[in-house]
Amino acid sequence: MGTTTANPAEPTTSSDAAGATQEQISTEIGELAATYAASGVEDPYTRLAYAPYRSSVLRHPTKDLHHADPETLELSAPVFGERDVAPVEADLTIQHRGEPIGERIVVAGRVLDGEGRPVRHQLVEVWQANAAGRYLHQRDQHPAPIDPHFTGVGRALTDDEGRYRFLTIKPGPYPWKNHQNAWRPAHIHFSVFGTELTQRLVTQMYFPGDPLFPLDPIFSSVVDPRARDLMVADYDHALTQPEFATGYRWDIVLTGSLRTPFEEEQ
Amino acid sequence: MSASRTPTPGQTVGPFFGYALPFDGDHELVPTSHPGALRLHGTVYDGDGAPVPDALVEVWQRDPAGELVRQQGSLRRDAYTFTGWGRCATDPTGHFAFTTLRPGASGQAAPFFALTVFARGLLDRLFTRAYLPGDDAVSNQALANDPLLVSLPAERRGTLVAVADEHGLVFDVHLQGDAETVFLAFPGGPGR
Repeated sequence: MGTTTANPAEPTTSSDAAGATQEQISTEIGELAATYAASGVEDPYTRLAYAPYRSSVLRHPTKDLHHADPETLELSAPVFGERDVAPVEADLTIQHRGEPIGERIVVAGRVLDGEGRPVRHQLVEVWQANAAGRYLHQRDQHPAPIDPHFTGVGRALTDDEGRYRFLTIKPGPYPWKNHQNAWRPAHIHFSVFGTELTQRLVTQMYFPGDPLFPLDPIFSSVVDPRARDLMVADYDHALTQPEFATGYRWDIVLTGSLRTPFEEEQ
Repeated sequence: MSASRTPTPGQTVGPFFGYALPFDGDHELVPTSHPGALRLHGTVYDGDGAPVPDALVEVWQRDPAGELVRQQGSLRRDAYTFTGWGRCATDPTGHFAFTTLRPGASGQAAPFFALTVFARGLLDRLFTRAYLPGDDAVSNQALANDPLLVSLPAERRGTLVAVADEHGLVFDVHLQGDAETVFLAFPGGPGR
């Protein structure tokens, strides 16, 4: 439902966002949230048509997604393994000669399917800004310092229980040009594979209590508050290591398995 | 079948994946020197018909015998193992290109490439299929019988069928507009 639902704010906006203020964006976000709350229809998915995120206006399908039964190919997924990923790639703090600047954090959790079963031995990729909110990407022109000791890219394979664990630096928030004085809440990008292609997920992990949440149109494009909370990690003192790093726990839940038991055996 | 847990929502891949997700050989499922090498390429367009220079396309496919592939090694290709999976970021002209093998048919079904599309400005991934164009009576019949293609209005079917060119196959992705590509919703996922 909902990903292609007509968007009441859309006709009055364009992808040229130079003029919009945060107040205008926040008003649009609020109107769409109110429309959702009044609808009484649960929609836990990300809206593709979400005009407060100006770049989405020309880049979302306007026709309904076509309901399809997955073919066997789409009920399988690429296989990754030890040949693809070395264990050290999960440590983003040791990729250079020196220590990166910032708050060292452990980010750990499990990748589960919709039935709560672990997704084993599958690829998890992450990328993020440094502690100052700067990406090591040539298109990032934010005048914050580059950290010569931090790239901000990592990979891991989940273990037998679907667990992953990264050691990294807490990313900073950063400005972007969606509207005047637009700032993204701090986040880590995650790319995750399931056991079926239909479960493919690229998302962002946020940090608890970020004051930028209600101002951000990308975070807000998930209009359901409970579903939105699934993108926010928990601080977990059990993951925190004495004298070393604080810990955040974030479980990733993919859509349900669509395979029948027969196909499962193949 | 029905999911008991609410899935984690997707979010846009953003503008800065270009130094993180691409890797050496990502779009070369086989070397260009492979005797069976086939080029699958196209351009991603937005609703104004402008190319999208910050999109990412992933391909997942069967091998030439029509079998599912269960081989690791996509991220560190050895030039001999066919993994069936690849990734390509669009260039400044919105163009992507894979060097791969022609997927074989599984039984009577029409063979296709499963494509997943990501982009800045695209809030969640999109699934689509690039079918091989028919080149004989058998493959034309397979396309004519394909359950997905048959379920589409005639004028939209063509958006899912690649077109042969001198090096292989062209498949353009239109995120929006008159030629909008058919994107798929699977049970239990977004759009359902």
